[in-house]
Amino acid sequence: MSNIGSYDEQRASFDWSLSEKELGYSEGDVINIGAWCTDRICEQGKADKTAFLWENTQGEERSYTFNDLRVLTNTIAKHLQDLGVEPGERVCLFLDRVPELYLGFLGILKMGGVAQPLFSAFGDESLFQRVDNAETAVIFTQKKHVAKVRKIRDSLPALRHILIVDGDVEKLREREQVFDLDSLEPVEEFAFYPTTAETPSVLHYTSGTTGQPKGAQHVHYSLVSQYITAKWVLDLTDDDIYWCNADPGWVTGTSYGIIGPWANGVTQAVLDSGFNTERWYRFIEKHRVTVWYSAPTAIRLLMKEGTDVAGKFDLGSLRHLCSVGEPLNAEAVNWSREAYGLPFHDTYWQTETGSMVITNYPGMEIKAGSMGKPFPGIEAAILHPETFEPVTEPGTVGVIGLKPGWPSMFRTYWKNQTQYESKFINGWYVCGDRASKDADGYFWFQGRDDDVINTGGHLVGPFEIESALLEHEAVAESAAVGKPDPVNMEVVKAFVTLKPGFEPSKDLDLEIMNFIRKRLSPLAMPQEIEFVDSLPKTRSGKIMRRLLRAQEWGEPIGDISSLENDE
Amino acid sequence: MDELKQMILDYVYDEYIEEDDDREVDENTPLISGGIVDSFSMVSLKRFLENKFEIQIPDADASPEAFDTVVSIAELVERFKNA
Repeated sequence: MSNIGSYDEQRASFDWSLSEKELGYSEGDVINIGAWCTDRICEQGKADKTAFLWENTQGEERSYTFNDLRVLTNTIAKHLQDLGVEPGERVCLFLDRVPELYLGFLGILKMGGVAQPLFSAFGDESLFQRVDNAETAVIFTQKKHVAKVRKIRDSLPALRHILIVDGDVEKLREREQVFDLDSLEPVEEFAFYPTTAETPSVLHYTSGTTGQPKGAQHVHYSLVSQYITAKWVLDLTDDDIYWCNADPGWVTGTSYGIIGPWANGVTQAVLDSGFNTERWYRFIEKHRVTVWYSAPTAIRLLMKEGTDVAGKFDLGSLRHLCSVGEPLNAEAVNWSREAYGLPFHDTYWQTETGSMVITNYPGMEIKAGSMGKPFPGIEAAILHPETFEPVTEPGTVGVIGLKPGWPSMFRTYWKNQTQYESKFINGWYVCGDRASKDADGYFWFQGRDDDVINTGGHLVGPFEIESALLEHEAVAESAAVGKPDPVNMEVVKAFVTLKPGFEPSKDLDLEIMNFIRKRLSPLAMPQEIEFVDSLPKTRSGKIMRRLLRAQEWGEPIGDISSLENDE
Repeated sequence: MDELKQMILDYVYDEYIEEDDDREVDENTPLISGGIVDSFSMVSLKRFLENKFEIQIPDADASPEAFDTVVSIAELVERFKNA
């Protein structure tokens, strides 16, 4: 029997107080994610239970009990206090998947700071936009990424400390310190900061169609959603060994790569490694992973290698599989049944939602290719795209709307309340995705409702790419759109006009690709650049991305009456 | 190390290793699984090889495994140079 039992019964009677009760929380109480994932689990008698199994490509391994987690997160919290970091200040984690990322996240929360995890593959411009906007006080990083911090640090007056987890003392520059957790005096007892439900906890940046990335602000009360969704959707139990592929630079990696499993007192395994089929299977085999939370892009890469490779390893420990990041196609669901004897359960949610909102559940029939059904306690609807009234006719495509009020809903966009308020229309939080609902209540994803590019499960804003392209000396004008890709769902394609004196060439194409990769991130790097003489624009001069995107997807281009250069 | 492998290794150092990153990379160092070149960046490495050697590497052959070390990349290039 799964943790959720009958979905229909849970949905009929659900109240978030059920989760609050299991977490020992009542309205007005102190609640601190850092302490609830460590101290509280130790108090439940699991101090000596393994919490964290970590290894990297170089073969290094670490193992931590929940008591280790408790003490080490205390130590980090105390260290930040000693540095003069105040509750509410933003502390950035710009790290690969090293232990300090996971421990640091909880340590920051314990001292009342706001954790700001950022994807370590971000280039200096992407890093700057996010750290500058958040007025971040401290950055944890490592030697391989510190050069990017050094490029921008002089333009970041709020940044007081740069902590390098594997730094060399003799190479330090101003404001930098080596942060060697092993050499710090372990802090056995630490009075964690008494955060309450609405105290800010985590700041995750996400991209939109216009403007620079926005910081989705979450609060400690999000734990109430993250705990119960991890328990019911991931079906985590005391005996599980859980593996989440997601990087904590993105919301899945924190909500379900740190908070969800550890709030449930579950052992999680982490592999700090890029993609490699055999290495991944060996990791599952070695640690006897039972619950695996992955992503469609990874699953499609595994599919390319075939079931034979899977057959070379003992993957019999696996008992439940979930996926997130982009729609999981029916073919992938069916393939996983063949390869692992288990289907992947698709889960839908966003940075802003903080936890899963529409998902497939253990024990519920999976309709391959469907997003599943709303989590108990979540009211979801398909809204008419113009009136934002719920549509009731099964199969009608509209935009996904969620009734505000679930515990992990973001509370604002950092310093951008106007943008936050614009996401709520007619009493619904509008997700920006299009879907339909069938007669059985299953939701079916149709696509984005805007120009944001979903590549490999990560959202990339076209505006960021276009702005960065214009910084290249050869580029006069640019437009970035998503184009179909069999592995990543979409990849970035850029249309570029060149300044006088520059000619299209293969070398210029590669130079621009690498320019964007280093400035922004590998995700934002155009995988194709088309040099054009002009870009389609409206009569008011706005580039018509929609037309270019439709062209790439083979879709109707729609109304072009406002097109300026349509001759 | 032969000229081809050295050229690939030099490109990896120039393009994918930050200046303050003191990791040693040799012809057998895992690049993709080692987190030095991610699967998205692999596209730019592939494009470099195609431009440099005037070859076309089909997407089906451009797997993370085939791009995982300088040795395996050099084998791939040789295969398509001689195709």
